[in-house]
Amino acid sequence: MTQPLLSARNLVKRYGRVTAMDHADFDLYPGEILAVIGDNGAGKSSLIKAISGAVQPDEGEIRLDGQPVSFASPLEARRAGIETVYQTLALSPALSISDNMFMGREIKRDGIMGKWFGMLDKPAMDAFSRQKLSELGLMTIQNINQPVETLSGGQRQGVAVARAAAFGSRVIILDEPTAALGVKESRRVLDLILDVRSRGIPIVLISHNMPHVFEVADRIHIHRLGRRLCVINPKEHTMSDAVAYMTGARVPEGVAA
Amino acid sequence: MSDSPDPVVARNPSETVARFEHHSRGTLDRVQHFLHRYPTMVPVIVLVLSVVAFGLISPNFFSAFNLSLILQQVAVVGTLAAAQSLVILTAGIDLSVGAVMVMVSVIMGKLSVDFGIPVPFSILIGLVCGAATGALNGALVTRLKLPPFITTLGTWNIFLALNYYLSNRETIRSQTLDAEAPLLKFFGERFNLGGAVLTYGVLLMILVFAVLWYALYHTAWGRRVYAVGDDPEAAALAGIQTNRVLMSVYMVSGVICALAAWSSIGRVGSVSPTSFFEANLESITAVVIGGISLFGGRGSILGPLIGALIVGVFNSGLRLAGVDVLWQLFATGWLIIIAVAIDQWIRKISS
Repeated sequence: MTQPLLSARNLVKRYGRVTAMDHADFDLYPGEILAVIGDNGAGKSSLIKAISGAVQPDEGEIRLDGQPVSFASPLEARRAGIETVYQTLALSPALSISDNMFMGREIKRDGIMGKWFGMLDKPAMDAFSRQKLSELGLMTIQNINQPVETLSGGQRQGVAVARAAAFGSRVIILDEPTAALGVKESRRVLDLILDVRSRGIPIVLISHNMPHVFEVADRIHIHRLGRRLCVINPKEHTMSDAVAYMTGARVPEGVAA
Repeated sequence: MSDSPDPVVARNPSETVARFEHHSRGTLDRVQHFLHRYPTMVPVIVLVLSVVAFGLISPNFFSAFNLSLILQQVAVVGTLAAAQSLVILTAGIDLSVGAVMVMVSVIMGKLSVDFGIPVPFSILIGLVCGAATGALNGALVTRLKLPPFITTLGTWNIFLALNYYLSNRETIRSQTLDAEAPLLKFFGERFNLGGAVLTYGVLLMILVFAVLWYALYHTAWGRRVYAVGDDPEAAALAGIQTNRVLMSVYMVSGVICALAAWSSIGRVGSVSPTSFFEANLESITAVVIGGISLFGGRGSILGPLIGALIVGVFNSGLRLAGVDVLWQLFATGWLIIIAVAIDQWIRKISS
């Protein structure tokens, strides 16, 4: 197989006497959708936070493109091309779609107005946002300046994914993207995920929804007791297999109990 | 629906009720959406209506002279409201703005008169002190994570005490200022503009609002101020260094308070440590009536300017109509409550 784009080895994170990550490993290959599943408290969010820069592991190594990296903040991970769509979406409800797309990386005007007076290039930002949204088939949103709070849940998720896809050149991490959505809206978000992969960007999908995981994932990383238990191919295992491994009811082949 | 035995509803319940509800929701909904988009329209409408109403009641009200007098009267509190707006936009509140203003005016006056420091330097030092008070408030809010209300309740008292200590509770008289530091009274100087008599303090207030409007709508900093006020966690996850934004807001606010201090010396004519005791609450009043949400992230910066004018118009109009002063307070009180009620209603909008 090819070299993993993003990998982690022996990550350890302790909070006092609680060990959230106990020598956890992780591999993401180019162009794939990797689902990460695990019971509550299995430590998957710590793992994801370590990769996205929100948490700094006590031990272990993270490599991006084979190069060791360490992220002191989500901002640094973002600069390295790792974008995270949080479950809460991290959108500002009262601000416009365009403002949200560019939050923290606004474009300034050319010339004196931009340089000396910090004037934003709103036309350029609006045009870019519109283009990114229509690339992902989200053009049901008519007004790029409408506040995010006037959008439906699915549309908001769409904006958050579009923001990640627009700037995340290497990896996109999606945390429970369908948890708060209805059936129809979940469908659109899953299509959106497949669409992003088709453009060559690998995705890490954290989800509790087994049907969604089995539908879109290329590989499934099962996390248990703070470490990677195994990685399974969704075509060779059933959902009940996955749940059994996750909960410890069964031990997958080739894993020492 | 209600279970009252209304004969009309009882006869044809589903149809009558349904139609009525549908109709009223349509219009109200449109109004709600309109105000959600243009939150400044509420204070604008109130201002226009009150100007027209008071103009009809007392003919003197509508003279250029009286209208410009209102502007002069609100100039100091209006400038202070600009400082207050910034903090409230970040979902905070600054109870110390009035105390900072008075303390800085004392510092400017003392340095110029008692210590013989050239007036421009005294003013500069005053502005730096304003920024420092903001830095203190900002540090307490961002580093110690204290609620802004408590932080500024504390610093309000501290700055007030320092103000009495520095001034010895003594007023620097107008004549002394004229002789030794006339520049401190600059913003009280008047000029004519087609029958209206304005002070430079009025221009300062308008300039401060214009600069803030530009900064909030056309720079990245402004968008971040709104984002931090709207949802600080979301802003942080989106890559905004929220503490830095908050710190800058408190410091800019402190500098504006210092500008208001300079302006207040011109307005009062002297440096008085006991003046503007209620300025902090008056500034909050202007901001709230101006339609900026106390929950942060919502409202236009031009609202508080209009809010300050509304209070000025009510005070002037009621006085000209010969009404007892207590009714000015009464009217202001209702304006605040109505403004907040409208804000709550507008905020209910989502999808």
